[in-house]
Amino acid sequence: MRLMGRMLAAGAAIAALAACTPGSGSSDVSSASDANTSSLAEMDDTPFESTYRTYPGAPTALVGATIYDGTGGRIDNGTVLFRDGEIVAVGDASLSTEGYARVDGSGKFVTPGIIDIHSHLGDYPTPSVQAHSDGNEATSPTTPEVWAEHSVWPQDPGFSRALANGGITSLQILPGSANLMGGRTVTLKNVPSRTVQGMKFPGAPHGFKMACGENPKRVYGNRGRMPSTRMGNFAVNRQTWLDARAYAEGDREKRDLAKETLAGVLDGEILVHNHCYRADEMALVMDMADEMGYRVTAFHHAVEAYKIGDLLRENDVCSAIWADWFGFKMEAYDGIPENAALLQQAGACVVIHSDSANGIQRLNQEAAKAQQAGIRMGIDIPDGEAIRWITLNAAKAMGIDDRTGSLESGKMADVVMWNGDPLSIYSRPEMVWIDGALMFNANDPKMRPVSDFELGQPGEGDVK
Amino acid sequence: MKRSITGVQRQMKRFIRMFVGFSVVVALPAAAQDIAITNATVATGDGSAPMENATVVVRGGKVVAAGRDVAVPSGMQVLDGSGTWVTPGLFATVSDLGLWDVGAVSESNDLRAGDARFNAAMDVAPALNPSSQHVAISRAGGVTRASVTAMPSGAIFAGQGAVVDLGADPNMIVKPRAFQIAALGEGGARLAGGSRIAAHVELRNALREASDFAAGRWSGEDNLLTRADAEALGPVVAGGQPLYVAVERAADIRTVLRLKSEFRNLDLVLLGASEGWLVANEIAAAGVPVLADGLDDLPSGFDELAATQSNIGRMAAAGVKVGIAGSMEQTRWLPQYAGNLVSLTRVPRATGLSWGQALAAITSVPAEISGFGGRYGVLAPGAAGDVVIWNSDPLENGSVPLRVFIDGVEQPLSNHQTRLRERYRDLDESDLPKAYDW
Repeated sequence: MRLMGRMLAAGAAIAALAACTPGSGSSDVSSASDANTSSLAEMDDTPFESTYRTYPGAPTALVGATIYDGTGGRIDNGTVLFRDGEIVAVGDASLSTEGYARVDGSGKFVTPGIIDIHSHLGDYPTPSVQAHSDGNEATSPTTPEVWAEHSVWPQDPGFSRALANGGITSLQILPGSANLMGGRTVTLKNVPSRTVQGMKFPGAPHGFKMACGENPKRVYGNRGRMPSTRMGNFAVNRQTWLDARAYAEGDREKRDLAKETLAGVLDGEILVHNHCYRADEMALVMDMADEMGYRVTAFHHAVEAYKIGDLLRENDVCSAIWADWFGFKMEAYDGIPENAALLQQAGACVVIHSDSANGIQRLNQEAAKAQQAGIRMGIDIPDGEAIRWITLNAAKAMGIDDRTGSLESGKMADVVMWNGDPLSIYSRPEMVWIDGALMFNANDPKMRPVSDFELGQPGEGDVK
Repeated sequence: MKRSITGVQRQMKRFIRMFVGFSVVVALPAAAQDIAITNATVATGDGSAPMENATVVVRGGKVVAAGRDVAVPSGMQVLDGSGTWVTPGLFATVSDLGLWDVGAVSESNDLRAGDARFNAAMDVAPALNPSSQHVAISRAGGVTRASVTAMPSGAIFAGQGAVVDLGADPNMIVKPRAFQIAALGEGGARLAGGSRIAAHVELRNALREASDFAAGRWSGEDNLLTRADAEALGPVVAGGQPLYVAVERAADIRTVLRLKSEFRNLDLVLLGASEGWLVANEIAAAGVPVLADGLDDLPSGFDELAATQSNIGRMAAAGVKVGIAGSMEQTRWLPQYAGNLVSLTRVPRATGLSWGQALAAITSVPAEISGFGGRYGVLAPGAAGDVVIWNSDPLENGSVPLRVFIDGVEQPLSNHQTRLRERYRDLDESDLPKAYDW
């Protein structure tokens, strides 16, 4: 975001949140009325299937580093072994490293790959020109039929910044929040690829983006159509769910892209990620989910989650939050830096997210800030827990915690070696492995991805 | 390299110790205190490295001394700063403090006036609200001084910004009409009608009409500016009021530097300058200071293709005077920007700033660029008694001020956020609803 970007942006003073506020562009509306009478059973049930493959990697032993394992644990002078794309063992210095290339981690720190549960990279890529504004199908308040992966531009330079500066190895790309129901999300591995299929996290469930509050009612209310109020938001949502239930309870023979997504949610196969700031609205949404027979996996941007930590714990709903954003819109006015810590104290699930092509480069710092805010008010949050907020908890809420998010044997070898404590502002990723393949090395100028867009341009291959 | 895992108790003790007596202070009318802070790690903000076991003495609202071999005058209140860090108050440059409450609530927001009949003449001073939560929250983040501007919205000129203090008192303004902002580059092009070419004609015409006005050659009939705008730009043309020009691209920066050959007295400051590192030597040779975004590294537009976090470090290494801007919404993030620039010194091929330089980039350097060198943003004899006592390294994640002084007056650090935090410290409503917990 350029310095004067906000200053010069026309209209709302929240251009910094462009991804979660509707752009004015529109792409073709995919029509749900193109009837296709073939049954779901005959269809490939994984269209746009992942073609991601792991890149070659040597059997590697990281030795001598301090390890945050992602589950909350910490090992001093630890050893991490991985080969063939998987973690083999994690332990102390007594682990044998025979058969592994040793990487000296003394004075360094090792964490699981960092995971951002809320990103719009690829859907709102840089350069941030109108032609790239592909994150909000803001032509109808409910668009369950759209899929974020169809908007992802794999050449977004932001992916490489997230890798090199943020240690991001997996991320969820969501549609924006102009709509009550924004469409399906996609989970990616942060590997450069010519196609989005080449980035798709194999086997990751789809998410479903929903949005409460100001954005949908503003976007559609301004056009004189429903919803223009919060009660309108709920009415449209509930009726849409009722129609979806009727479809889901039927034979599902006639293909309907929107209903298929909603039925997937009702079946529990698609995870709901609900943009929602205010505590009272989150409580209403959880009741709506009960009424309609689905569950919310995570509230995103939940700046008031700290007011209902008990409810969120009881409903087993994660809160994906910033460390300390507030005030940019009315429903963000009560944001406080202690949000994460108070949720942790209440026993609720915390995920620190970015929603920003800049913030995704510093999730470790955001977690540290949220941790320190808690410590200041007397809530003890061990360092390993703060790391868990940006690794295993994110993976859990994305339905990939059986594959990644922690350094445990059998999991994907998504690993970051930092040049110091990642909770310190003075530390940066030094090496990043994805499925055991070294994808970034700060010590090697060529081991840094450069997108097609950047070739031949000023600053090509620079440290960024 | 940072705190131990179980630093909670130590931190809490430090808080309690440093807050003793605080409630008394806020109950009294604001008055400058004569104080000495001893045994602290002191960073003066002048670019030098922090000093351990140092002392800061403030008397009569001004800094008397700061350093290791400073004697504490007898009879002065002494604060034991053991375990704490002491710096000058942060200087948030090109901020929007006091001009808005909620970004997306337009009626609470005085940042834009796209339908206004005036542009360069607009003056933020009468609109400033010292009671804004953003002022209070920034103050609690260690920001004691700022420059404030509205945004260019109906024309390339944003109007006249002010230098302010963040004291909890009715008078926020230190210097009204302290600078003018003009947008060129992509932003200015749009405001001027659609192209950079148009923006440059707008700028040159405005400066020429302002010259005419100042010289008494103003007809008022064949002029495009309003009388008020022409009058307001007079000090810009004469060099008495700095002109901050917002540009990002290297070519645009060069074009701005050349303006001085046409308008010799312009006191230019570059704002943004994401590609400044490509033309760092030229900027340095021109003696034009830069207020840059701390961590810009994405090609957000075609005028920022070469953006890199090393921009500020490379410009500084070339001899450019660079301060960190780029935190319009939350000026309390300035230390995070500065700390990140320090981290770059440990990244191969990157260029960052030393710790002392990084602190200077959010204290003394922006103060100097704003015309307050030696007075704000520095702990030096004669400087304002703007002093912040931090619980730890102020550039480190989560470090916060324990006490803040402006002109020697201790400041309250409570605000909407701290009140919410205390209310929701627990979720117990067994006796009464939360609304009674205050």
